Amino acid sequence: MTLEVIGISVLWLFLFGYIIVGSIDFGAGFFSAYSHWANKQHILHHIIQRYLSPVWEVTNVFLVFFFVGIVGFFPKTAYYYGSILLVPASISIILLAIRGSYYAFHTYGGTERNWYLIAYGLTGLFIPASLSIVLTISEGGFVEVGASGVTLDYGKLFASPLSWSIVLLSVTSVLYISAVFLTYYADEAKDERARALLRRYALLWSGPTMLSALLIIYQLRYHNPEHYANLWNVAWMLVISFLCFVITVWLLWRQRRFGWAFIALVFQYAFAFYAYGISHYPYLLYPYLTIYDGFTNETMAKALIVAFIAGLLLLIPSLYLLMRLFVFNKAYVKGKWEGGKG
Amino acid sequence: MNGYDPVLLSRILTGLTLTVHIIYATIGVGVPLMIAIAQWVGIRKNDMHYILLARRWTRGFVITVAVGVVTGTAIGLQLSLLWPNFMQLAGQVISLPLFMETFAFFFEAIFLGIYLYTWDRFGNQKKHLLLLIPVAIGASASAMFITMVNAFMNTPQGFEFKNGELVNIDPIAAMFNPAMPTKVAHVLATAYMTSAFVLASIAAWHLWKGNRHIYHRKALHLMMKTAFIFSVASVLIGDLSGKFLAEYQPEKLAAAEWHFETSSHAPLVLFGMLTEDGEVKYAIKIPYALSILAHNHPGAVVTGLNEFPEDERPPLYIHYFFDVMVTIGVFLTVVAAAYWLGSIFRWKWTAKKWFFGLLVAGGPLAMVAIQAGWYLAEIGRQPWILRGYMKTAEGATSSAHVDTMLVLFCLLYMVLVIASAIVLIRMFRRNPVERELAERANNGEVAP
Repeated sequence: MTLEVIGISVLWLFLFGYIIVGSIDFGAGFFSAYSHWANKQHILHHIIQRYLSPVWEVTNVFLVFFFVGIVGFFPKTAYYYGSILLVPASISIILLAIRGSYYAFHTYGGTERNWYLIAYGLTGLFIPASLSIVLTISEGGFVEVGASGVTLDYGKLFASPLSWSIVLLSVTSVLYISAVFLTYYADEAKDERARALLRRYALLWSGPTMLSALLIIYQLRYHNPEHYANLWNVAWMLVISFLCFVITVWLLWRQRRFGWAFIALVFQYAFAFYAYGISHYPYLLYPYLTIYDGFTNETMAKALIVAFIAGLLLLIPSLYLLMRLFVFNKAYVKGKWEGGKG
Repeated sequence: MNGYDPVLLSRILTGLTLTVHIIYATIGVGVPLMIAIAQWVGIRKNDMHYILLARRWTRGFVITVAVGVVTGTAIGLQLSLLWPNFMQLAGQVISLPLFMETFAFFFEAIFLGIYLYTWDRFGNQKKHLLLLIPVAIGASASAMFITMVNAFMNTPQGFEFKNGELVNIDPIAAMFNPAMPTKVAHVLATAYMTSAFVLASIAAWHLWKGNRHIYHRKALHLMMKTAFIFSVASVLIGDLSGKFLAEYQPEKLAAAEWHFETSSHAPLVLFGMLTEDGEVKYAIKIPYALSILAHNHPGAVVTGLNEFPEDERPPLYIHYFFDVMVTIGVFLTVVAAAYWLGSIFRWKWTAKKWFFGLLVAGGPLAMVAIQAGWYLAEIGRQPWILRGYMKTAEGATSSAHVDTMLVLFCLLYMVLVIASAIVLIRMFRRNPVERELAERANNGEVAP
C-alpha cells in the first residue's frame, strides 16, 4: 500500500465515522422537532436528550478531523476545494454553528423556544444536504480551471439531477440511520413506546434510502462514465451492502435483536461508502486532481501517520470510557443519574 | 465589480472570526485550570464553597466552549476557504500541529462530556477531579499546537525553497521554530491570567453591588492570587518576546516602537501620535528601555525600520496595539499585586467599593489586552502571510463572493455573542448562589 492510499483510507474512515455519528445526531434533532410538532414529544424527548447530551461535541470533531486531515495529506485540495467551496462550505459552517451553539444554550442554559426547536430540526436536514454537495462536485463537470483560478458553475450544479439525488440520499440516510440507532437505544432503555415509534420511522425510511442510492448509480452512468465503470469492479461490495440492508430491515420487521440491526446497518453503509470511494480512486476531483499529484511530501505523510496512530492510542480508550459511561451504560440509558449534571 | 478586493475582504473576515474566536478560546484554555484549582482547594480544605464554585463555573464554561467550538470550526475551514494558496504551500510543512490540535481538542471534548455528567456519580470528588485533568491538558495542548502554526507563519523554517517548490521538509523543525517558545508561553500565560481576571470580575461584581457573601470573597481571593501569579509570568514572558522579536522579526518590533533609525541606547516610546511627516509627538520616552527590552543592555543597538524595504514594513499603527497591550498588562499586574498585599497587610483601601469596581473592570480589560496583542502580532506580520516566502495578497482566494460571506458571518457572530451573553446572564440570575447553597444545605451537602 502506498502512503497516498493509506492517507486517503484513514480520511475516508473519518468521513465514514462522521456520516454515522453525524446522521444519528442530525436525525435525532429532526425527530425531536417533528415529535414536538406532532405532539409526540413525551414519547421521544427523553430518549433523544439522554443520548445526545454527552456526545454532541464529539460528533463535530469527526468532521474537523476530516478536513484538517485532507489538507494535511493532500495540500492541493486546499487550493482546489478551498477556492470553489467558499459559499457552500460557509453555509454549512453557519448552519453547524447555529445548531451546535443553540443545542448547548438549550441543554445547559435552559433556553426554551419553539423556533429554536424548529431551527434545530431543520438544520439537521440542511447540514447533510449542504455537505453532500462536496461529493457531487468531486464527480467533476461543475468546476472550471481558468487563468484566474478555479471556479464553480452554480447553475450547472443546481440543474444537475445527480446533485439532487445525492442530496436526497443524504437526507433519507440521516433519517434512516438515526431511526435505526435510536430504536436500538430505546430498546436498551426498555422504553417500549419510543421503540415502537422509532421502529416505524426506521422502516418508513429504509425504502427511500435504497431507491435514492440506486438513482445515484443510474445517473452516474451518464454523468461520470469512468466512475460508473469502476463501480462495477467492486460490485461485490455493493451486493454485501445490500444483504446487510436486508438483514437490518428483516430484524426490524421481526422486532428482534435491534443491536444487530444497527450493526448490519453500519456494515451496509461501510461497504457502500468504501465501494464508492474505491471506485472514485484515484481522483480527488475529476479530472483535475488525483491523490498522487495532490499528495504531500513523504516526511510529512509519515509524520501525520505516526501522529494519527499515537492519537488513536489516546482516543480509543477515552471514547471507550465515554461509551461505557453513557451510550452503552444500561443504568444511564434507563435514566438513572439524571441529576448527575453539575 | 468596482472596488471589490477579495484580499482585503478575506483579511477582514479572517480577522473578524479570530476576534470572536479568541474571546471564547482564551476562556476555553484558561477556565478548566481555574475550575481544577477551585475543586482541588475545595477537596483539600473540605470546603463545599469551592466545590460549588467549580460546579457553577463549569456550567458557564460549557456555554463558552460551545461558541468556541463552532467559531473554531469556522476558522479551521476558513483557512482553506479564504487562503487556499497559502494552505496549499504551508500545508506541506505545518499540517502536523494542525492535525495534532484536532486530537488534543477531541481528547478535551470527550472528557469534558464525561466530567460534566458525572458530578455525583463517583461519590468521591477526587475521582471526579481526575477527569478534569485531561480537559485542562487538552485545552492547553490545543492552544500550544495552534500557536505553533501561527509561530511558523512568523518564523518559517523546516524546509528549503527551490525553484518554487518546497524540498527537504522537516515537520518537527517547522513546529519548533524560533517564534514558538515565547509565543506559546505568552499565549498560555495570558490565557490563564485573563481567565482568572474574568472570574475575579464576576466575584468582584457581586461584592461591588454590596453582596458580602463569603462565597464571593473566597472566589475573588482565589482568583486574584492566581491572576497575580500569571500576570507576573505574562510580563516576564512578554519581555522575552521583545528579545525574540529583536532577533528574528526586528521589523515588527521597530514598527511597534516607531523606531526608525538603527541606534544604540534606544528609548522605549509609549503612547504619543505620529504626525504626517513621520514625527513622533506627545510620547513618553523611557530612556534605554527599548535597548534593554531588545537585548538586555542599555547600550545595545536596535535595528530601525528604515533598514527594511518599504514594501516589507508593517503598518505603523500597530504601535497603538502595543501601547494598549502593555499598559493593560502592567496595570493589571499592579492591581493584582495591590490586592494581594492588601490582603496580607489588611489594608483598608483594597476592600473599598471603588477598588472592587476596579477589579470588575479587570476581566474585560484583560480581554481587550488579548485582542490588542493578537492585532499586534497579526498586523505586525504584514505584508507577509508566511514571512519571507509569501505575501498576504498572494495567499488569498480570488472568489467573487467574499463580501456576501463577510455579511453572513457578521450576522452569525453577532447572534452568537449576544445569545451566549444572554444565556449566561440568565442562567446565573435564575439560580443565584444563595439559593443553590440553601438547597444543597437542605440536602445535607453543605453547612448553610
